[in-house]
Amino acid sequence: MLGLFVGPVHLGPLDVFKKLISVLPFVRDTSHLTATQEAILMQLRLPRVVLAGLVGATLSFSGAAYQGAFRNPLADPYLLGAAAGAGLGATMVIVFTHAATASNLIPVAAFAGALVAVALAYAMGRAGGAGRTATSLVLAGIAVMSFLTAVQTYLQQRKSDTLREVYGWILGRLSTAGWHDVLLILPYITIGGAVILAHRRLLDVLALGDEEADALGVNTRRVRLIVVIAASLSTAAAVAVSGLIGFVGIIVPHIIRLIAGTSYRVILPLCFAFGAAFLILADLLGRTMIAPAELPIGVVTAFFGAPFFAIVLRNSRKMI
Amino acid sequence: MSTIEIRDVSVRIMHAEILIGVSLDVPSGEWLALIGPNGAGKTTILRAIAGLTPFDGTIRLDGADVARMTAKQRARTVAIVPQRPVLPPPMTVFEYVLLGRTPYIRYFDTETANDLAVARDALARLDIAPFADRQLGSLSGGEQQRVVLARALAQQAPILLLDEGTSALDIGSQQQVLELVEDMRLSDGFTVVSPMHDLTLAGQFAHTLALISRGRVIIVGGPDEVLTVEMIREHYGAEVRVMQDGEGLVVSPVRAARVRR
Repeated sequence: MLGLFVGPVHLGPLDVFKKLISVLPFVRDTSHLTATQEAILMQLRLPRVVLAGLVGATLSFSGAAYQGAFRNPLADPYLLGAAAGAGLGATMVIVFTHAATASNLIPVAAFAGALVAVALAYAMGRAGGAGRTATSLVLAGIAVMSFLTAVQTYLQQRKSDTLREVYGWILGRLSTAGWHDVLLILPYITIGGAVILAHRRLLDVLALGDEEADALGVNTRRVRLIVVIAASLSTAAAVAVSGLIGFVGIIVPHIIRLIAGTSYRVILPLCFAFGAAFLILADLLGRTMIAPAELPIGVVTAFFGAPFFAIVLRNSRKMI
Repeated sequence: MSTIEIRDVSVRIMHAEILIGVSLDVPSGEWLALIGPNGAGKTTILRAIAGLTPFDGTIRLDGADVARMTAKQRARTVAIVPQRPVLPPPMTVFEYVLLGRTPYIRYFDTETANDLAVARDALARLDIAPFADRQLGSLSGGEQQRVVLARALAQQAPILLLDEGTSALDIGSQQQVLELVEDMRLSDGFTVVSPMHDLTLAGQFAHTLALISRGRVIIVGGPDEVLTVEMIREHYGAEVRVMQDGEGLVVSPVRAARVRR
Protein backbone atom coordinates (compact mmCIF):
# COMPACT_ATOMS: atom_id res chain seq x y z
CA MET A 1 0.00 0.00 0.00
CA LEU A 2 2.79 2.33 0.92
CA GLY A 3 4.01 2.12 -2.65
CA LEU A 4 0.87 3.87 -3.81
CA PHE A 5 1.13 6.94 -1.57
CA VAL A 6 4.75 7.78 -2.00
CA GLY A 7 5.97 9.33 -5.21
CA PRO A 8 7.02 12.55 -6.90
CA VAL A 9 3.43 13.71 -6.89
CA HIS A 10 1.89 13.72 -3.47
CA LEU A 11 -1.37 11.83 -3.09
CA GLY A 12 -3.23 11.69 0.21
CA PRO A 13 -3.46 8.18 1.71
CA LEU A 14 -7.14 8.59 2.48
CA ASP A 15 -7.99 9.65 -1.05
CA VAL A 16 -6.01 6.76 -2.50
CA PHE A 17 -7.88 4.33 -0.30
CA LYS A 18 -11.25 5.80 -1.24
CA LYS A 19 -10.40 5.70 -4.90
CA LEU A 20 -9.31 2.08 -4.71
CA ILE A 21 -12.43 0.83 -3.04
CA SER A 22 -14.54 2.85 -5.45
CA VAL A 23 -13.57 0.29 -8.08
CA LEU A 24 -15.64 -2.21 -6.16
CA PRO A 25 -19.33 -2.25 -7.05
CA PHE A 26 -21.80 -0.27 -4.91
CA VAL A 27 -19.11 1.96 -3.43
CA ARG A 28 -19.32 5.61 -4.39
CA ASP A 29 -16.19 7.51 -5.24
CA THR A 30 -15.81 9.99 -2.38
CA SER A 31 -12.14 10.80 -2.90
CA HIS A 32 -10.99 14.30 -3.74
CA LEU A 33 -8.41 13.45 -6.37
CA THR A 34 -8.03 15.53 -9.48
CA ALA A 35 -8.12 13.84 -12.86
CA THR A 36 -4.32 14.03 -13.08
CA GLN A 37 -3.88 12.51 -9.67
CA GLU A 38 -6.30 9.79 -10.54
CA ALA A 39 -4.41 9.00 -13.72
CA ILE A 40 -1.13 8.86 -11.83
CA LEU A 41 -2.61 6.47 -9.33
CA MET A 42 -4.52 4.15 -11.64
CA GLN A 43 -2.27 4.19 -14.69
CA LEU A 44 1.20 4.62 -13.23
CA ARG A 45 1.51 3.65 -9.60
CA LEU A 46 -1.04 0.89 -9.28
CA PRO A 47 0.20 -1.16 -12.24
CA ARG A 48 3.75 -0.66 -11.05
CA VAL A 49 2.98 -1.93 -7.58
CA VAL A 50 0.92 -4.83 -8.90
CA LEU A 51 3.70 -5.77 -11.30
CA ALA A 52 6.38 -5.53 -8.62
CA GLY A 53 4.25 -7.80 -6.43
CA LEU A 54 3.74 -10.32 -9.22
CA VAL A 55 7.42 -10.37 -10.15
CA GLY A 56 8.48 -10.67 -6.51
CA ALA A 57 6.05 -13.53 -5.90
CA THR A 58 7.19 -15.29 -9.07
CA LEU A 59 10.91 -15.01 -8.41
CA SER A 60 10.36 -16.22 -4.85
CA PHE A 61 8.33 -19.32 -5.59
CA SER A 62 10.50 -20.15 -8.59
CA GLY A 63 13.53 -19.94 -6.34
CA ALA A 64 11.90 -22.21 -3.79
CA ALA A 65 10.94 -24.62 -6.56
CA TYR A 66 14.49 -24.74 -7.96
CA GLN A 67 15.84 -25.28 -4.44
CA GLY A 68 13.47 -28.20 -3.93
CA ALA A 69 13.95 -29.77 -7.35
CA PHE A 70 17.74 -29.64 -7.19
CA ARG A 71 17.90 -30.21 -3.42
CA ASN A 72 20.15 -27.21 -3.35
CA PRO A 73 19.74 -24.30 -0.95
CA LEU A 74 21.73 -22.02 -3.23
CA ALA A 75 19.58 -22.48 -6.32
CA ASP A 76 18.03 -19.25 -7.50
CA PRO A 77 16.61 -18.12 -10.84
CA TYR A 78 19.41 -15.57 -11.09
CA LEU A 79 22.33 -17.76 -10.00
CA LEU A 80 21.26 -20.72 -12.13
CA GLY A 81 21.55 -18.54 -15.19
CA ALA A 82 17.83 -18.81 -15.90
CA ALA A 83 17.41 -15.07 -15.66
CA ALA A 84 20.43 -14.44 -17.89
CA GLY A 85 19.10 -16.94 -20.43
CA ALA A 86 15.76 -15.22 -20.39
CA GLY A 87 17.61 -11.91 -20.72
CA LEU A 88 19.48 -13.10 -23.80
CA GLY A 89 16.25 -14.34 -25.36
CA ALA A 90 14.61 -11.01 -24.69
CA THR A 91 17.57 -9.03 -26.01
CA MET A 92 17.56 -11.01 -29.23
CA VAL A 93 13.94 -10.10 -29.70
CA ILE A 94 14.56 -6.41 -28.99
CA VAL A 95 17.56 -6.28 -31.30
CA PHE A 96 16.33 -8.35 -34.21
CA THR A 97 12.64 -7.57 -34.48
CA HIS A 98 10.45 -4.54 -34.90
CA ALA A 99 9.39 -2.81 -31.76
CA ALA A 100 5.75 -3.49 -32.53
CA THR A 101 5.99 -7.27 -32.42
CA ALA A 102 8.65 -7.35 -29.75
CA SER A 103 6.64 -7.11 -26.57
CA ASN A 104 4.56 -10.20 -27.29
CA LEU A 105 7.53 -12.26 -28.41
CA ILE A 106 9.69 -11.41 -25.42
CA PRO A 107 8.12 -13.86 -22.93
CA VAL A 108 8.41 -16.76 -25.38
CA ALA A 109 12.01 -16.02 -26.25
CA ALA A 110 12.79 -15.47 -22.59
CA PHE A 111 11.27 -18.84 -21.69
CA ALA A 112 13.34 -20.65 -24.29
CA GLY A 113 16.47 -18.87 -23.09
CA ALA A 114 15.77 -19.68 -19.46
CA LEU A 115 15.22 -23.39 -20.13
CA VAL A 116 18.41 -23.69 -22.16
CA ALA A 117 20.36 -21.90 -19.43
CA VAL A 118 19.07 -24.12 -16.60
CA ALA A 119 19.65 -27.28 -18.62
CA LEU A 120 23.22 -26.15 -19.34
CA ALA A 121 23.91 -25.23 -15.73
CA TYR A 122 22.51 -28.51 -14.43
CA ALA A 123 24.42 -30.62 -16.96
CA MET A 124 27.63 -28.75 -16.22
CA GLY A 125 27.12 -28.95 -12.47
CA ARG A 126 26.63 -32.71 -12.68
CA ALA A 127 29.60 -33.28 -14.92
CA GLY A 128 31.87 -31.05 -12.87
CA GLY A 129 31.10 -32.06 -9.33
CA ALA A 130 30.94 -35.80 -8.91
CA GLY A 131 29.13 -35.40 -5.63
CA ARG A 132 26.74 -32.87 -7.14
CA THR A 133 27.40 -30.55 -4.27
CA ALA A 134 25.47 -27.37 -3.77
CA THR A 135 28.35 -25.19 -4.83
CA SER A 136 29.19 -26.99 -8.07
CA LEU A 137 25.71 -26.26 -9.40
CA VAL A 138 26.04 -22.59 -8.53
CA LEU A 139 29.50 -22.38 -10.08
CA ALA A 140 28.14 -23.90 -13.26
CA GLY A 141 25.23 -21.48 -13.15
CA ILE A 142 27.58 -18.54 -12.86
CA ALA A 143 29.66 -19.78 -15.77
CA VAL A 144 26.52 -20.10 -17.87
CA MET A 145 25.34 -16.70 -16.71
CA SER A 146 28.64 -15.04 -17.64
CA PHE A 147 28.66 -16.62 -21.06
CA LEU A 148 25.08 -15.70 -21.85
CA THR A 149 25.62 -12.17 -20.57
CA ALA A 150 28.69 -11.87 -22.80
CA VAL A 151 26.69 -12.91 -25.84
CA GLN A 152 23.99 -10.49 -24.84
CA THR A 153 26.41 -7.61 -24.40
CA TYR A 154 27.89 -8.33 -27.82
CA LEU A 155 24.45 -8.20 -29.39
CA GLN A 156 23.45 -5.01 -27.68
CA GLN A 157 26.69 -3.19 -28.57
CA ARG A 158 26.45 -4.18 -32.20
CA LYS A 159 23.07 -2.60 -32.47
CA SER A 160 23.71 0.63 -30.67
CA ASP A 161 20.38 2.15 -31.65
CA THR A 162 18.61 -0.18 -29.23
CA LEU A 163 21.34 0.07 -26.61
CA ARG A 164 19.50 2.32 -24.22
CA GLU A 165 16.37 0.23 -24.36
CA VAL A 166 18.22 -2.99 -23.67
CA TYR A 167 20.39 -1.50 -20.98
CA GLY A 168 17.54 0.00 -19.05
CA TRP A 169 15.78 -3.30 -19.27
CA ILE A 170 18.74 -5.33 -17.96
CA LEU A 171 19.06 -3.36 -14.76
CA GLY A 172 15.50 -4.07 -13.95
CA ARG A 173 12.82 -1.63 -14.70
CA LEU A 174 9.42 -1.47 -13.30
CA SER A 175 9.26 2.25 -13.95
CA THR A 176 7.64 2.06 -17.37
CA ALA A 177 5.24 -0.66 -16.34
CA GLY A 178 1.66 -0.44 -17.44
CA TRP A 179 -1.36 -2.67 -17.26
CA HIS A 180 -0.41 -4.33 -20.54
CA ASP A 181 2.73 -5.72 -18.86
CA VAL A 182 0.65 -7.19 -16.08
CA LEU A 183 -1.72 -8.80 -18.56
CA LEU A 184 1.16 -10.04 -20.70
CA ILE A 185 2.78 -12.13 -17.98
CA LEU A 186 -0.22 -13.07 -15.88
CA PRO A 187 -1.09 -16.25 -17.84
CA TYR A 188 2.48 -17.58 -17.74
CA ILE A 189 2.87 -16.89 -14.06
CA THR A 190 -0.51 -18.37 -13.20
CA ILE A 191 0.25 -21.59 -15.04
CA GLY A 192 3.79 -21.88 -13.68
CA GLY A 193 2.67 -21.08 -10.14
CA ALA A 194 -0.23 -23.53 -10.24
CA VAL A 195 1.96 -26.37 -11.50
CA ILE A 196 4.59 -25.75 -8.83
CA LEU A 197 2.00 -25.45 -6.11
CA ALA A 198 0.45 -28.74 -7.21
CA HIS A 199 3.83 -30.44 -6.67
CA ARG A 200 4.46 -29.06 -3.20
CA ARG A 201 3.95 -32.41 -1.47
CA LEU A 202 6.23 -34.22 -3.93
CA LEU A 203 8.93 -31.58 -3.43
CA ASP A 204 8.93 -32.60 0.24
CA VAL A 205 9.49 -36.23 -0.80
CA LEU A 206 12.40 -35.19 -3.04
CA ALA A 207 14.12 -33.84 0.06
CA LEU A 208 14.98 -37.48 0.90
CA GLY A 209 17.12 -37.82 -2.20
CA ASP A 210 16.42 -39.66 -5.42
CA GLU A 211 17.01 -43.18 -4.19
CA GLU A 212 14.66 -42.95 -1.24
CA ALA A 213 12.05 -40.97 -3.13
CA ASP A 214 12.14 -43.65 -5.84
CA ALA A 215 11.72 -46.31 -3.17
CA LEU A 216 8.58 -44.47 -2.04
CA GLY A 217 7.15 -44.81 -5.52
CA VAL A 218 7.86 -41.29 -6.79
CA ASN A 219 9.10 -40.78 -10.32
CA THR A 220 11.81 -38.33 -9.30
CA ARG A 221 12.99 -37.50 -12.80
CA ARG A 222 9.54 -36.60 -14.00
CA VAL A 223 8.73 -34.50 -10.96
CA ARG A 224 12.04 -32.62 -11.24
CA LEU A 225 11.58 -31.99 -14.95
CA ILE A 226 8.03 -30.66 -14.56
CA VAL A 227 8.91 -28.41 -11.65
CA VAL A 228 12.01 -27.00 -13.34
CA ILE A 229 10.08 -26.27 -16.55
CA ALA A 230 7.31 -24.55 -14.60
CA ALA A 231 9.80 -22.51 -12.57
CA SER A 232 11.68 -21.50 -15.72
CA LEU A 233 8.45 -20.48 -17.43
CA SER A 234 7.50 -18.26 -14.52
CA THR A 235 10.99 -16.81 -14.20
CA ALA A 236 11.12 -16.03 -17.89
CA ALA A 237 7.80 -14.23 -17.77
CA ALA A 238 8.91 -12.18 -14.78
CA VAL A 239 12.25 -11.35 -16.37
CA ALA A 240 10.56 -10.41 -19.63
CA VAL A 241 8.79 -7.46 -18.02
CA SER A 242 11.12 -6.59 -15.19
CA GLY A 243 14.67 -7.25 -16.32
CA LEU A 244 17.29 -8.99 -14.23
CA ILE A 245 16.45 -8.81 -10.56
CA GLY A 246 18.71 -11.04 -8.51
CA PHE A 247 18.60 -12.73 -5.14
CA VAL A 248 14.86 -12.43 -4.50
CA GLY A 249 14.53 -16.18 -5.08
CA ILE A 250 17.07 -16.86 -2.37
CA ILE A 251 16.24 -14.27 0.25
CA VAL A 252 12.51 -14.81 0.45
CA PRO A 253 12.33 -18.64 0.64
CA HIS A 254 15.13 -18.77 3.21
CA ILE A 255 13.55 -16.19 5.46
CA ILE A 256 10.32 -18.17 5.27
CA ARG A 257 12.21 -21.37 6.12
CA LEU A 258 13.62 -19.73 9.21
CA ILE A 259 10.16 -18.65 10.33
CA ALA A 260 7.86 -21.41 9.16
CA GLY A 261 9.87 -24.61 8.72
CA THR A 262 11.02 -26.58 5.71
CA SER A 263 7.88 -28.09 4.25
CA TYR A 264 7.22 -26.82 0.75
CA ARG A 265 3.51 -26.89 1.49
CA VAL A 266 4.07 -23.98 3.83
CA ILE A 267 6.94 -22.33 1.98
CA LEU A 268 5.38 -22.07 -1.48
CA PRO A 269 2.13 -20.28 -0.54
CA LEU A 270 4.02 -17.94 1.79
CA CYS A 271 6.43 -17.15 -1.05
CA PHE A 272 3.60 -15.52 -2.96
CA ALA A 273 2.78 -13.11 -0.14
CA PHE A 274 6.28 -12.40 1.15
CA GLY A 275 7.86 -12.23 -2.29
CA ALA A 276 5.28 -9.71 -3.44
CA ALA A 277 5.72 -7.58 -0.33
CA PHE A 278 9.51 -7.78 -0.55
CA LEU A 279 9.77 -6.56 -4.09
CA ILE A 280 7.19 -3.80 -3.67
CA LEU A 281 9.27 -2.58 -0.76
CA ALA A 282 12.52 -2.87 -2.73
CA ASP A 283 10.94 -0.91 -5.58
CA LEU A 284 9.81 1.73 -3.13
CA LEU A 285 13.35 2.06 -1.78
CA GLY A 286 14.69 2.21 -5.32
CA ARG A 287 12.58 5.16 -6.29
CA THR A 288 12.82 7.14 -3.07
CA MET A 289 16.41 6.82 -1.89
CA ILE A 290 17.90 9.17 -4.44
CA ALA A 291 14.67 10.87 -5.51
CA PRO A 292 13.79 12.31 -7.94
CA ALA A 293 16.16 9.94 -9.79
CA GLU A 294 15.48 6.23 -9.57
CA LEU A 295 17.80 3.47 -8.51
CA PRO A 296 17.29 0.31 -10.63
CA ILE A 297 15.51 -2.27 -8.51
CA GLY A 298 18.14 -4.91 -9.34
CA VAL A 299 20.66 -2.74 -7.52
CA VAL A 300 18.50 -2.65 -4.40
CA THR A 301 17.93 -6.42 -4.27
CA ALA A 302 21.61 -7.12 -4.91
CA PHE A 303 22.59 -4.74 -2.16
CA PHE A 304 20.60 -6.72 0.38
CA GLY A 305 20.80 -10.07 -1.36
CA ALA A 306 24.52 -10.54 -1.76
CA PRO A 307 25.35 -10.35 1.98
CA PHE A 308 22.38 -12.60 2.65
CA PHE A 309 23.67 -15.09 0.11
CA ALA A 310 26.97 -15.24 1.98
CA ILE A 311 25.12 -16.21 5.13
CA VAL A 312 23.13 -18.92 3.34
CA LEU A 313 26.34 -20.23 1.80
CA ARG A 314 27.87 -20.50 5.24
CA ASN A 315 24.91 -22.41 6.60
CA SER A 316 24.17 -24.43 3.48
CA ARG A 317 25.49 -27.63 5.00
CA LYS A 318 22.93 -27.41 7.73
CA MET A 319 19.96 -26.62 5.52
CA ILE A 320 17.89 -28.93 3.28
CA MET B 1 2.65 -61.63 4.60
CA SER B 2 4.75 -62.00 1.52
CA THR B 3 7.17 -64.41 -0.02
CA ILE B 4 10.26 -63.37 -1.96
CA GLU B 5 11.46 -65.47 -4.84
CA ILE B 6 14.76 -64.52 -6.47
CA ARG B 7 15.70 -66.51 -9.57
CA ASP B 8 19.04 -66.32 -11.32
CA VAL B 9 19.46 -62.58 -10.82
CA SER B 10 22.51 -60.84 -12.26
CA VAL B 11 23.40 -57.17 -12.03
CA ARG B 12 26.04 -55.47 -14.08
CA ILE B 13 27.01 -51.87 -13.45
CA MET B 14 29.27 -50.36 -16.10
CA HIS B 15 31.35 -53.47 -16.85
CA ALA B 16 31.58 -54.81 -13.34
CA GLU B 17 29.51 -57.84 -12.47
CA ILE B 18 28.01 -57.05 -9.10
CA LEU B 19 25.69 -60.06 -8.82
CA ILE B 20 26.05 -63.33 -10.68
CA GLY B 21 23.15 -65.77 -10.89
CA VAL B 22 21.74 -65.16 -7.43
CA SER B 23 18.79 -67.33 -6.40
CA LEU B 24 17.19 -67.05 -2.98
CA ASP B 25 13.83 -67.82 -1.41
CA VAL B 26 12.39 -66.12 1.64
CA PRO B 27 9.20 -67.66 3.02
CA SER B 28 6.54 -65.31 4.26
CA GLY B 29 7.18 -63.88 7.72
CA GLU B 30 10.79 -65.07 7.91
CA TRP B 31 14.01 -63.16 8.52
CA LEU B 32 16.84 -63.70 6.07
CA ALA B 33 20.25 -62.28 6.94
CA LEU B 34 22.68 -61.59 4.12
CA ILE B 35 26.24 -61.92 5.33
CA GLY B 36 29.51 -61.54 3.51
CA PRO B 37 32.45 -59.19 3.22
CA ASN B 38 32.17 -55.54 2.17
CA GLY B 39 31.42 -55.14 -1.51
CA ALA B 40 30.05 -58.68 -1.87
CA GLY B 41 26.77 -57.38 -3.34
CA LYS B 42 24.46 -57.55 -0.31
CA THR B 43 23.04 -54.06 -0.72
CA THR B 44 22.62 -54.62 -4.46
CA ILE B 45 20.36 -57.59 -3.70
CA LEU B 46 18.16 -55.28 -1.64
CA ARG B 47 18.13 -52.67 -4.38
CA ALA B 48 17.10 -55.29 -6.94
CA ILE B 49 14.24 -56.50 -4.72
CA ALA B 50 13.03 -52.90 -4.37
CA GLY B 51 13.29 -52.37 -8.12
CA LEU B 52 15.90 -49.64 -7.72
CA THR B 53 18.46 -51.20 -10.03
CA PRO B 54 17.98 -52.92 -13.39
CA PHE B 55 18.74 -56.66 -13.33
CA ASP B 56 18.58 -59.83 -15.43
CA GLY B 57 16.54 -62.74 -14.10
CA THR B 58 13.30 -62.60 -12.16
CA ILE B 59 12.24 -61.50 -8.72
CA ARG B 60 8.71 -62.29 -7.58
CA LEU B 61 7.06 -60.80 -4.55
CA ASP B 62 4.07 -62.94 -3.56
CA GLY B 63 4.12 -64.26 -7.11
CA ALA B 64 4.11 -60.81 -8.76
CA ASP B 65 7.01 -59.92 -11.02
CA VAL B 66 8.88 -56.90 -9.64
CA ALA B 67 9.87 -55.72 -13.11
CA ARG B 68 6.20 -55.42 -14.10
CA MET B 69 5.01 -53.60 -11.00
CA THR B 70 4.48 -49.86 -11.05
CA ALA B 71 6.68 -47.77 -8.76
CA LYS B 72 3.74 -47.25 -6.42
CA GLN B 73 2.82 -50.93 -6.25
CA ARG B 74 6.41 -51.73 -5.41
CA ALA B 75 6.53 -49.06 -2.73
CA ARG B 76 3.38 -50.54 -1.17
CA THR B 77 5.01 -53.97 -1.09
CA VAL B 78 8.60 -53.22 -0.13
CA ALA B 79 9.87 -50.77 2.48
CA ILE B 80 13.58 -50.00 2.66
CA VAL B 81 15.48 -48.81 5.68
CA PRO B 82 18.59 -47.47 3.94
CA GLN B 83 22.13 -47.84 5.16
CA ARG B 84 22.58 -44.10 5.38
CA PRO B 85 19.14 -42.55 5.30
CA VAL B 86 18.83 -38.92 4.26
CA LEU B 87 17.44 -37.03 7.23
CA PRO B 88 16.96 -33.35 6.35
CA PRO B 89 17.96 -31.75 9.67
CA PRO B 90 15.19 -29.14 9.94
CA MET B 91 12.37 -31.56 9.04
CA THR B 92 10.21 -32.64 11.97
CA VAL B 93 9.86 -36.29 13.01
CA PHE B 94 6.17 -36.33 12.15
CA GLU B 95 6.69 -34.78 8.71
CA TYR B 96 9.33 -37.41 8.02
CA VAL B 97 7.26 -40.38 9.15
CA LEU B 98 4.32 -39.09 7.14
CA LEU B 99 6.46 -39.35 3.99
CA GLY B 100 6.09 -43.11 4.40
CA ARG B 101 2.49 -42.67 3.20
CA THR B 102 3.65 -41.34 -0.18
CA PRO B 103 2.82 -44.51 -2.18
CA TYR B 104 -0.82 -44.27 -1.08
CA ILE B 105 -1.41 -40.67 -2.07
CA ARG B 106 -2.52 -39.82 -5.58
CA TYR B 107 -0.41 -37.38 -7.59
CA PHE B 108 -2.10 -34.10 -6.74
CA ASP B 109 -3.73 -35.20 -3.48
CA THR B 110 -2.66 -34.64 0.09
CA GLU B 111 -2.74 -37.00 3.07
CA THR B 112 -6.10 -38.24 4.30
CA ALA B 113 -7.11 -38.53 7.94
CA ASN B 114 -6.24 -42.20 7.64
CA ASP B 115 -2.69 -41.42 6.53
CA LEU B 116 -2.22 -39.13 9.52
CA ALA B 117 -3.60 -41.82 11.83
CA VAL B 118 -1.26 -44.47 10.43
CA ALA B 119 1.74 -42.17 10.87
CA ARG B 120 0.74 -41.36 14.44
CA ASP B 121 0.28 -45.04 15.18
CA ALA B 122 3.76 -45.79 13.80
CA LEU B 123 5.24 -43.14 16.11
CA ALA B 124 3.41 -44.59 19.09
CA ARG B 125 4.50 -48.13 18.36
CA LEU B 126 8.15 -47.15 18.24
CA ASP B 127 7.81 -45.06 21.41
CA ILE B 128 8.73 -41.82 19.69
CA ALA B 129 5.35 -40.07 19.88
CA PRO B 130 6.77 -37.44 22.28
CA PHE B 131 9.37 -36.55 19.61
CA ALA B 132 6.79 -35.84 16.91
CA ASP B 133 7.61 -32.13 16.66
CA ARG B 134 11.36 -32.40 17.19
CA GLN B 135 13.65 -31.70 14.26
CA LEU B 136 15.53 -34.65 12.79
CA GLY B 137 18.86 -32.89 13.28
CA SER B 138 18.38 -32.83 17.05
CA LEU B 139 18.05 -36.62 17.46
CA SER B 140 20.68 -39.12 18.57
CA GLY B 141 21.73 -41.99 16.32
CA GLY B 142 19.47 -44.50 18.05
CA GLU B 143 16.50 -42.13 17.95
CA GLN B 144 17.09 -41.46 14.26
CA GLN B 145 17.07 -45.19 13.57
CA ARG B 146 13.70 -45.49 15.28
CA VAL B 147 12.33 -42.62 13.23
CA VAL B 148 13.44 -44.30 10.01
CA LEU B 149 11.81 -47.55 11.18
CA ALA B 150 8.62 -45.62 11.95
CA ARG B 151 8.58 -44.31 8.40
CA ALA B 152 8.96 -47.85 7.07
CA LEU B 153 6.16 -48.98 9.39
CA ALA B 154 3.90 -46.18 8.13
CA GLN B 155 4.55 -47.47 4.63
CA GLN B 156 2.56 -50.63 5.54
CA ALA B 157 4.56 -52.75 3.15
CA PRO B 158 4.75 -56.45 4.02
CA ILE B 159 8.41 -56.76 3.06
CA LEU B 160 11.03 -54.90 5.08
CA LEU B 161 14.53 -54.52 3.69
CA LEU B 162 16.76 -53.46 6.55
CA ASP B 163 20.16 -52.28 5.38
CA GLU B 164 22.81 -52.17 8.04
CA GLY B 165 21.96 -48.83 9.53
CA THR B 166 22.58 -50.46 12.88
CA SER B 167 26.32 -50.93 12.43
CA ALA B 168 27.02 -47.34 13.44
CA LEU B 169 25.06 -47.69 16.67
CA ASP B 170 26.34 -48.68 20.09
CA ILE B 171 25.62 -52.22 21.19
CA GLY B 172 22.58 -51.24 23.27
CA SER B 173 20.87 -49.18 20.55
CA GLN B 174 21.72 -51.87 18.02
CA GLN B 175 20.03 -54.52 20.11
CA GLN B 176 16.99 -52.30 20.68
CA VAL B 177 16.51 -51.63 16.99
CA LEU B 178 16.78 -55.30 16.10
CA GLU B 179 14.32 -56.22 18.85
CA LEU B 180 11.91 -53.62 17.48
CA VAL B 181 12.19 -55.15 14.02
CA GLU B 182 11.60 -58.58 15.53
CA ASP B 183 8.48 -57.27 17.30
CA MET B 184 7.22 -55.79 14.05
CA ARG B 185 7.88 -59.06 12.28
CA LEU B 186 6.00 -61.10 14.88
CA SER B 187 3.01 -58.76 15.19
CA ASP B 188 2.56 -57.73 11.56
CA GLY B 189 4.07 -60.73 9.80
CA PHE B 190 6.80 -58.75 8.02
CA THR B 191 9.18 -60.64 5.80
CA VAL B 192 12.62 -59.24 6.64
CA VAL B 193 15.77 -59.27 4.53
CA SER B 194 18.77 -57.64 6.08
CA PRO B 195 22.48 -57.52 5.35
CA MET B 196 24.32 -57.90 8.66
CA HIS B 197 27.92 -57.43 9.62
CA ASP B 198 27.71 -58.67 13.18
CA LEU B 199 27.63 -62.43 12.69
CA THR B 200 26.62 -63.19 16.28
CA LEU B 201 23.58 -60.90 15.97
CA ALA B 202 22.81 -62.39 12.55
CA GLY B 203 22.75 -65.85 14.12
CA GLN B 204 20.51 -64.64 16.94
CA PHE B 205 17.85 -62.85 14.89
CA ALA B 206 17.68 -64.50 11.46
CA HIS B 207 16.08 -67.84 10.66
CA THR B 208 18.21 -68.26 7.60
CA LEU B 209 21.61 -66.86 6.64
CA ALA B 210 22.89 -66.48 3.10
CA LEU B 211 26.62 -66.00 2.67
CA ILE B 212 27.31 -63.76 -0.33
CA SER B 213 30.82 -63.38 -1.69
CA ARG B 214 31.95 -61.69 -4.89
CA GLY B 215 28.42 -61.48 -6.22
CA ARG B 216 27.53 -65.13 -5.71
CA VAL B 217 25.52 -67.01 -3.14
CA ILE B 218 27.96 -69.37 -1.44
CA ILE B 219 25.71 -71.13 1.03
CA VAL B 220 22.22 -70.74 2.45
CA GLY B 221 21.14 -72.32 5.69
CA GLY B 222 20.68 -72.04 9.42
CA PRO B 223 23.38 -70.47 11.62
CA ASP B 224 24.95 -73.88 12.34
CA GLU B 225 25.57 -74.58 8.67
CA VAL B 226 26.73 -71.12 7.59
CA LEU B 227 28.68 -69.75 10.54
CA THR B 228 31.64 -72.10 10.48
CA VAL B 229 35.27 -71.28 11.06
CA GLU B 230 36.16 -72.45 7.55
CA MET B 231 33.49 -70.40 5.76
CA ILE B 232 34.44 -67.25 7.61
CA ARG B 233 38.14 -67.80 7.02
CA GLU B 234 37.66 -68.38 3.31
CA HIS B 235 35.29 -65.52 2.56
CA TYR B 236 36.12 -62.87 5.13
CA GLY B 237 39.81 -63.70 5.51
CA ALA B 238 39.27 -63.64 9.25
CA GLU B 239 40.30 -65.98 12.04
CA VAL B 240 37.40 -66.63 14.39
CA ARG B 241 36.21 -69.02 17.02
CA VAL B 242 32.59 -70.16 16.84
CA MET B 243 31.19 -71.08 20.21
CA GLN B 244 27.88 -72.49 21.26
CA ASP B 245 26.20 -70.87 24.19
CA GLY B 246 22.67 -71.44 25.51
CA GLU B 247 20.99 -69.09 23.04
CA GLY B 248 22.91 -69.65 19.85
CA LEU B 249 26.28 -69.27 18.23
CA VAL B 250 28.86 -66.72 19.22
CA VAL B 251 31.37 -65.67 16.59
CA SER B 252 34.42 -64.21 18.21
CA PRO B 253 37.56 -62.91 16.49
CA VAL B 254 40.81 -64.59 17.37
CA ARG B 255 44.02 -62.63 17.69
CA ALA B 256 46.46 -64.85 15.83
CA ALA B 257 50.18 -64.32 15.38
CA ARG B 258 49.73 -64.95 11.66
CA VAL B 259 46.48 -65.11 9.79
CA ARG B 260 46.62 -67.73 7.06
CA ARG B 261 44.43 -67.38 4.02
